Formats: sequence, C-alpha cells, structure tokens
Amino acid sequence: MIRAHILVCGGTGCTSSGSVSIQQKFAESLEKNGLAEEVKIVQTGCFGLCALGPVVIVHPDGTFYSRVEIDDVDEIVTEHLLKGRVVERLVYSDTGSDEEVDVKNVALSDTAFYKTQNRVVLRNCGVINPESIDEYIAMDGYAALGKVLTEMKPEDVIQCITDSGLRGRGGGGFPTGRKWALTAPNQADQKYVVCNADEGDPGAFMDRSVLEGDPHCLVEAMAIAGYAIGATEGYVYVRAEYPIAVARLQIAIDQAREYGLLGKNIFGSGFDFDLHIRLGAGAFVCGEETALMTSIEGNRGEPRPRPPYPAVKGLFGKPTVENNVETFANVPQIILRGAEWFASMGTEKSKGTKVFALGGKIKNTGLVEIPMGTTLREIIEDIGGGIPNGKKFKAAQTGGPSGGCIPASLMDTEVDYDNLIAIGCMMGSGGLIVMDEDNCMVDMAKFFLEFTVDESCGKCTPCRVGTKRLLEMLDKITSGKGTLEDIDRIEELCNYIKANSLCGLGQTAPNPVLSTLNFFRDEYISHVVDKKCPAGVCKDLLTFTIDKDKCIGCGMCARNCPADAIIKTDYVAPGHKLPSYEILADKCVKCGACIGSCKFKAISKK
Amino acid sequence: MKSLAELQAIKEKMKGKVALREGSNDIRVVVGMATCGIAVGARPVLNKFVEEVDKAGLAGRVVVSQTGCIGVCQYEPIVEVYEAGKEKVTYAKMTADKVEKIVEEHLKGGKVVSEYVLADIK
Repeated sequence: MIRAHILVCGGTGCTSSGSVSIQQKFAESLEKNGLAEEVKIVQTGCFGLCALGPVVIVHPDGTFYSRVEIDDVDEIVTEHLLKGRVVERLVYSDTGSDEEVDVKNVALSDTAFYKTQNRVVLRNCGVINPESIDEYIAMDGYAALGKVLTEMKPEDVIQCITDSGLRGRGGGGFPTGRKWALTAPNQADQKYVVCNADEGDPGAFMDRSVLEGDPHCLVEAMAIAGYAIGATEGYVYVRAEYPIAVARLQIAIDQAREYGLLGKNIFGSGFDFDLHIRLGAGAFVCGEETALMTSIEGNRGEPRPRPPYPAVKGLFGKPTVENNVETFANVPQIILRGAEWFASMGTEKSKGTKVFALGGKIKNTGLVEIPMGTTLREIIEDIGGGIPNGKKFKAAQTGGPSGGCIPASLMDTEVDYDNLIAIGCMMGSGGLIVMDEDNCMVDMAKFFLEFTVDESCGKCTPCRVGTKRLLEMLDKITSGKGTLEDIDRIEELCNYIKANSLCGLGQTAPNPVLSTLNFFRDEYISHVVDKKCPAGVCKDLLTFTIDKDKCIGCGMCARNCPADAIIKTDYVAPGHKLPSYEILADKCVKCGACIGSCKFKAISKK
Repeated sequence: MKSLAELQAIKEKMKGKVALREGSNDIRVVVGMATCGIAVGARPVLNKFVEEVDKAGLAGRVVVSQTGCIGVCQYEPIVEVYEAGKEKVTYAKMTADKVEKIVEEHLKGGKVVSEYVLADIK
C-alpha cells in the first residue's frame, strides 16, 4: 500500500535545474531503504515557484521542499519518509509575509505565494501526473465532455460559455462565447477547432505550463469546442521550442484515443473528434491567428487581411474557432461548475482568473493565478514578495512586446482587460516583467522594439520599415544624439504604424514606446537634453569617475579593468597612504567591472 | 469510452490513489516514527493503517501520516488521531493487530477504542 507521495516538479524550469536526476535518485534511495512499496514518486507539472526549483512536495503532509539538490535526497528519504522528521533546512521559508509561520511544516498552500491565488486553469498543475489519464479522470477529468455530449445541445454549450463571460486569454480579450456563436451557424463540409499554443511573448510561459502539467485539460476542452461548433477535427499549433509540452500533449492525445475519448462516437453520442499537433518553428508572427492558420496549412507563416474572419473562412478555407491554451483550460471547469460560478470571480467585464508569469526584479519569479481585478500592488508585494535588494519599484511591463508599462503611481490599478487598455497597456498573454530603479525605460522600450523588428514578417511596409526606423530613432536617443524633435517624430511614427499595419504584431509594436513616452517622458528628455541616462543603463551617456578622496589606492579597479583605462595619479588623499586612481574617459569601455571590484564605493557612474 | 458509467468507474478506482495529495481531510492519523517507534514496530502499524483506511473506503476523509518522537518512548509505537473540533486521542503500545479495530470503531464509527488509549494503559 502506498502511504506517501513524493511529487517532483517536471516542468521546464525544474527540469533544467536537474529535477530528472533528483527523481531517479529518489527511486534509488527508496529502494535502498526498503520503502519502494510504500512511497510513490510522481512527476508533475509546474508548481509555479520556478525561482525555487527544483521543487519537491511530500504528501500527505504537503511539506514543500525547495532548491532540492541531489545530495539532499537521501536525507529526505531517511529523515522524513522513514522517521517522519521534516528536513527543516530545505523547507521553503516564506518571503512574502511577516507573520511567524510554523517552519516545521510549511505546506505549499499555506505560503503567501499560494494563499491569495485561485487556481482554476492551473488546478491540476503540480498535483497530478500529466502523463496519466487516470489521474486526470480522478480529478473530474473528461466529466465535462461527458456532460456536454450526453446532456447538452451545442447551443447550450455556447450559451454557457457566453454567460460565463470568458474572454480570450491570448491577448485580445475577445469574448469566447461570441467567437463560438459566430462560427457555429456557418455551414461547411468540415469545420475546425484550433488551439494557439505558439506562446511567444518574452517572459510568458503559462501556456507551456498547462501543456506540461495538465495536457488532458486541453484535449477535453477542444473536444467540447468541437461539439459546440460542429467541428470534428482539431489542431494544436505549438512551438517546437517546447519539447516537454509537445511530448506530453502527444501522450495525452494517444491515451485519449485509446480510451475512446477522441475518435469515433465518443460516449456513444455519435460525436466524432480527433486532434493533431503541428509544430511551429518559433516565428512570433505565427501567434497571430491568420498567420498561424497559414502556417498549419504548410505555407509561410504570414498574416492575411480580415475579413473574412476565421469564423467564416479559417483553416483550409473552412469555418474555424481559434482559442489560446489558457482560454481552453477554463472551459471544462465552466461546464462542470456552471457559468455563474465563473462569472462570480473577477470584475464586471473581465470574469474568472488570469495566470501571470512574474519575471524581472521580483523575489518570487514564477506563475501565479489570481482573480481578475487583483491590484498590481497585491501581485507584486504580497504574492511576488516585493523587489529584491531593497530597491524601489519603478514599473511593470504587461503584454510583452505588444503591451505597455504600469508606473508606480498606478500600482493600485485593478488588473483586468479594460483597466489596462485605459492606461495604454494590455493584458497580453500575461507576462509581467517587474522593473526597479536600475532599469532605463528608454532602453526597455528599445529592447521590445528590437524584438518586434526581428520578428516582423515583412509582409506589410508600416511594420517592416516603420519599426526599423523607430528603432533607429531610439538608438539615436540612447546614444546621446537625439533631439527634442526626434521625440515628436517618434510619437508620430508610432501612431502611423499602429494605424496602418496589417496584423496585431505591427498594430501593437509601438505600444512599449508610446507607453514609456506617456509615463516616463522625463527620462526621454534627460537622454536628449541633459545627455544623461538617469538609471545608469545607456552606456554612451555614462561617465565613470573615481572619487579621489574616497579612493585608498588599493588598485583593485585597475587590475580588473579589461581596457587598461585606470591609472595611478600623484594625488594622495588626506589620511590615506597610497595615491588614488583615475579613469581615462577615452579608453573606458563602460563595462562596470571597476565598480564591482571597489570595496570602498569610490567609483560612480553618472 | 462508450458511457459515463465507464468514466465514473475509472474515477472511483483512481480517487483513493490521488486523495493523498488533496489535503482536505477531516481526520489525521499520525504514527510516531522516530528511532524508538521504529525499533518497537511502528512501520507495520503505519502500513496497516494505510491499508485498512483504504479498505474501509476512508481514503478521502482520513490521512495517515507520520511524525517524530513525542517523548514517551516507553509507550511506543504511539498513534495520535486528530479530528477537527475534537480532542486529540493518543493510542499507545500499538500493534498491527490493533489497527483494524481502531479503523472500524474510531475512524469509521466515531467511538474511541478506550482500551488502547495511552491514559488507560498507564
């Protein structure tokens, strides 16, 4: 009989920090200690706290071990599993709350990081073995599909999704029920359901986590969508860069076929549905729905003008519903628990929860799922644990290269679709990159623009040429050659690109520039007028200087300088024995190595 | 899959196997598994509890866990039963043979098996 389960995270984050070998070591150690028959090892999907990986959870107590190394495994087995003593030094210590927690037995669900979360989409991630259809079924899996096929008419399903208020989680926020309702009545010999798993925003990885942690959920949801709109074929378009996700999804599809949950006459209802995977080669533009469908068809992934919309003429010219992974992942729960339950979460126009990938200057980097309408302050300070190293919060970038930033003054904004659009941001797929006082906003805008310039497919001129020219102007500013007229010209060009690009990529590419211009115009002006970068990032605008009175003359900086730009002077500061050093501006490459090497904080950059 | 009943059957079969991870259990059975406990046979007691709880169909309500030494080593193996809103019950000098009765009468029936309780053995 099994008395305990060891859950080892098998998400991409923990896999890259060595969870696979930890899992093997657990198997060996349990064998050695004669516990193999009593304790079961389960490989799960992502728990969300990727910064603390590899993550191991021991049930039934739910003890949460973080940063487990291979040498810790024997100790966990002999102490915890054999003798019942928690290995306290490995237990996650809460960074998010000031309360005294009973360190001896911190369960994952008691931590500040998880307490405020409300897991709907991620409910099975880190709980079940994603490669076992039986475990998914034990968690009510495929019950929604069963309910839909035996009790509901297609129009009831669409009505239920419409009533729930679910909106597309891929970025646009289009009401899912309406999308389905627009596709259902269109007659054709074949219709399709397509899942957009081409997650490309830098920093966003919630779709990957769902695919890795709960792939059956997607299979079930797509079959439900197929029934609702009258489609019998589905395609999942997923990035080839997600090998674990692709492998687990394929396993899920195979298992579902074997159980007859995909294929002919599912649940004896006469409904047929099957799924196929198509791999994307990593082009960002293929996340745009028309480009994605063109790519599935085997053509070069380029968008096409709409209308006709996919609901009328989509994949292979047939009516198609296309939704993102996270959107689909909500569907089975809505069917099972009802539209009202879903609509009870969130704000007036944004229902349910949203998964955010926290990244950048924040303590708890990872995945969190929270009700719509949670304030940015709660996300960053309570769940995210705040900014590390005592730095000040400056802004958060949402929506990746298509979104904008939220400055500290708007930290109490309730995060939902409409509030973000109102301040010039967008929800996007849910990447949330936190920046502190050391981040330059002009440089940040430039970073995202470099990304879109790279990823522009080149089909339309405003995007292909416009973003390139925009980047050149930003370059001019960060290298200290910009003028005030450039700022006006940048704004004009941004608006032109937005208005004239063919697809979402170009239409949103200027957003990071416009939003930083809106909230941090003074930073642009410092770059142009004072020729200074206030955050000390833009190298061309920096000068490194040594405070000759603070310098004790140890020479560490000179030894660490890769450009031999630091030399000894004749000046000996009062109270010091050795002469101080100075930096030769014409030789300095502004790498910052000297600042790191000076123990006396005598070197500054301005 | 031809019917909902088939799906339900798989769910029932699997439910007990994942219930361990859900943490929403009403009753906690904790077996002392420090050196003292192990030396006098806590392992078979623990395993017997896991087995009997499952057999009685209580896996969703009862969680069987382990702990270290609680300090009265001469009465090991010790088993504590925690139930929300009720006082903790401590069973002492446990053996695998006593387990069935505790599961049947206490965990299922709600009646403490007083003959095995620490206070009475003393």
